[in-house]
Amino acid sequence: MLEVFIFATLNGLVTGLLLFMLASGLTLIFSMMGILNFAHASFYMLGAYFAYSISLYFGFWTGLIFAPLIVGVLGALVERYGLRRVHQFGHVAELVFTFGMAFLIEEAVQLFWGPDTKNYQSPDLLDFPLFTLFGQEFPAYRGFMIGISVTIFIGLYYLLTRSRIGIIIQAAITHPHTVANLGHNVPFIFMTVFGVGTALAGIAGVIAGPILTTFPGMAVVLGSIVFVIVVIGGLGSLVGAFLASLLIGLLQSYAIASDVGVQDLLNLLGLEFDRNHPLTDLWTLTLPQIAPILPFLLLVLVLIFRPTGLMGKREQ
Amino acid sequence: MWICYLLVLLALPQFFDSILAISIFNQMAIAIVFALSYNMLLGQGGMLSFGHAVYFGLGGFLAVHALIMIESETMYFSIIYIPLVGAFFGLLAALFIGSFSTHKAGTVFAMISLGIGELVAASSLIFDSFFGGEAGVSGDRTFGPPVFGVEFFQDVEIYYLAAAWVFIATLFMYLFTQTPAGRMANAVRDNPERAEFVGYSARKIRYISFCASGFFAGIAGGLFALNYEFITEENLNAVTSGRVLLMAYIGGLGYFIGPIIGAVILTLMNSLLSNYSELWMLYLGIMFVLTVLFLPRGFAGFIMMHQIAWARGKLSSLVIPYLITGIPSLLFLMACVAMIEMSHTEEEAFHYLWMELNPSGIATWLITLFIACSSFYAVRLLLPQLNDTWDEVNTIPEKGNHE
Repeated sequence: MLEVFIFATLNGLVTGLLLFMLASGLTLIFSMMGILNFAHASFYMLGAYFAYSISLYFGFWTGLIFAPLIVGVLGALVERYGLRRVHQFGHVAELVFTFGMAFLIEEAVQLFWGPDTKNYQSPDLLDFPLFTLFGQEFPAYRGFMIGISVTIFIGLYYLLTRSRIGIIIQAAITHPHTVANLGHNVPFIFMTVFGVGTALAGIAGVIAGPILTTFPGMAVVLGSIVFVIVVIGGLGSLVGAFLASLLIGLLQSYAIASDVGVQDLLNLLGLEFDRNHPLTDLWTLTLPQIAPILPFLLLVLVLIFRPTGLMGKREQ
Repeated sequence: MWICYLLVLLALPQFFDSILAISIFNQMAIAIVFALSYNMLLGQGGMLSFGHAVYFGLGGFLAVHALIMIESETMYFSIIYIPLVGAFFGLLAALFIGSFSTHKAGTVFAMISLGIGELVAASSLIFDSFFGGEAGVSGDRTFGPPVFGVEFFQDVEIYYLAAAWVFIATLFMYLFTQTPAGRMANAVRDNPERAEFVGYSARKIRYISFCASGFFAGIAGGLFALNYEFITEENLNAVTSGRVLLMAYIGGLGYFIGPIIGAVILTLMNSLLSNYSELWMLYLGIMFVLTVLFLPRGFAGFIMMHQIAWARGKLSSLVIPYLITGIPSLLFLMACVAMIEMSHTEEEAFHYLWMELNPSGIATWLITLFIACSSFYAVRLLLPQLNDTWDEVNTIPEKGNHE
């Protein structure tokens, strides 16, 4: 029992921190520009694919550095020539535009890389067990993921709240005209922020590619979960996103590891139902079965009862 | 106007009577109702939904179950009422979901709809007995009592039934926009605060549009069930929700006729373009992004832009500038498509329009690239001219005698 619990915790931690890498970029973009970037997971997918192509010739580590850079530049271009134009039509148009980009990127990936799964491997350097617990090995690559994600969290947090750049960025959100009058190029700041946000998604893609497999559907798989995290954490709150990713990661991992269901609950209450009952699916429901829908259930509940999320600011 | 619409609906199978054409018309009929119901939400009510397929799908599922019940003779009524069954269930779902999701419009609403959409799609895979898992459920439409001797064995018969329903649904949706509730929905979309000051509850208004929209989406779902006789999880997941958003947006939000145009364009692309190219989804994506960027009000908005010129009788002076810029833009598009297709194809020689291109020859690539670049440059050169003419046509000369 303890063994299962510890491994579920470790797995949940890895998933949660991976989700945080994605969510950090999304929440950064939202807090700066007020745009919920639907195409965020698509940039994550692009990161994985670029890293795969680079790793074929130069190895994993070169990919880790250059793939996020390429993705970041692409993101900046999308902001400069797409979003900035759409901005005048309002928030709905922005959301719809990023939705269209997500659609387009998925199709473009299929055009250039084909519809099949790519054999993108984690580096040999990290191909050893970090430690062994209860006879099960914990791969070093997962430790590496945890390390990168925590570094991103601490780095971003300090950059935004403690550094001069962070102060200028924060000022540009609330008082864009004043910041512009002080001689800062506000549109350029926004473009950079969008570029950095997408580059963070790119890093997540490079790192997650080998574990979660690199295929054209990988954006769809994670896309909506990342939204869930950003909304639950409170739109635009980095700390909230961090907590929410851990929460979702652990929740899913525990749900999958457990083997209780409605049946057990009914047994506890001393009730019994016929197998042929029309609602038999409901009685035989188990927790691992509903693990995939838990995040969305949580999302809907949070939006109804606490629309600002865990750490969100009160609306003006 | 409405009589024309009815006549077109009735006359279509007379002119195009191949099996393919009929099946395309059926798809169109479903898409039109669905897209119109979506426009009710986004275009008229200002609520961006990423989970509209839920009402379409749930309505469809119940309609198929109704078909099964007719088959097993637990219920006895003619299948022409099946869309009503779907509509009823769509309405029920909307009544329930709307009761908590319509508090706010904008991003919060969009996120709730996304969450609900994912929730329903994922649960439909869990509850096998109702949704039939990945395989879906299927029924048979030929068991109900015949209507005027028609037993609905053929698609044409279904088409006429669908056409009747499309006409009724369109008429009612149009009438809805004319009711006080429909008018207030526009007011709430544009300025909820003011609407509240006038004494209306913005939430209640949104709730009404939301339920009406769910109702008509259910009709579309019922039509889908009748046409295909089966329905799967795919019909209530994010893919279908995304497609209806594309239809409404490309056609033109806010204009009543917009979603109809969008539905027709998308269905045609879906069924005709996919014969020519595997990459039609890519073109669809490009078209969508370009529409969002350059035609924020869609195709219908583009047509409506010419109203002033039309009223002033100067539309003809726009024809020549349109042609002059249109030809190089068309060339540019064709060259781009050629390059995309050439990079994708695996055949040695490859047919494009009436030409035969050699995708491995460098010369072919250089020529297409040259055509693309030069035509793009030409468009850039000619665009200011078009803009000037446009301004000239659209500025109403000042009269001079202000009093």
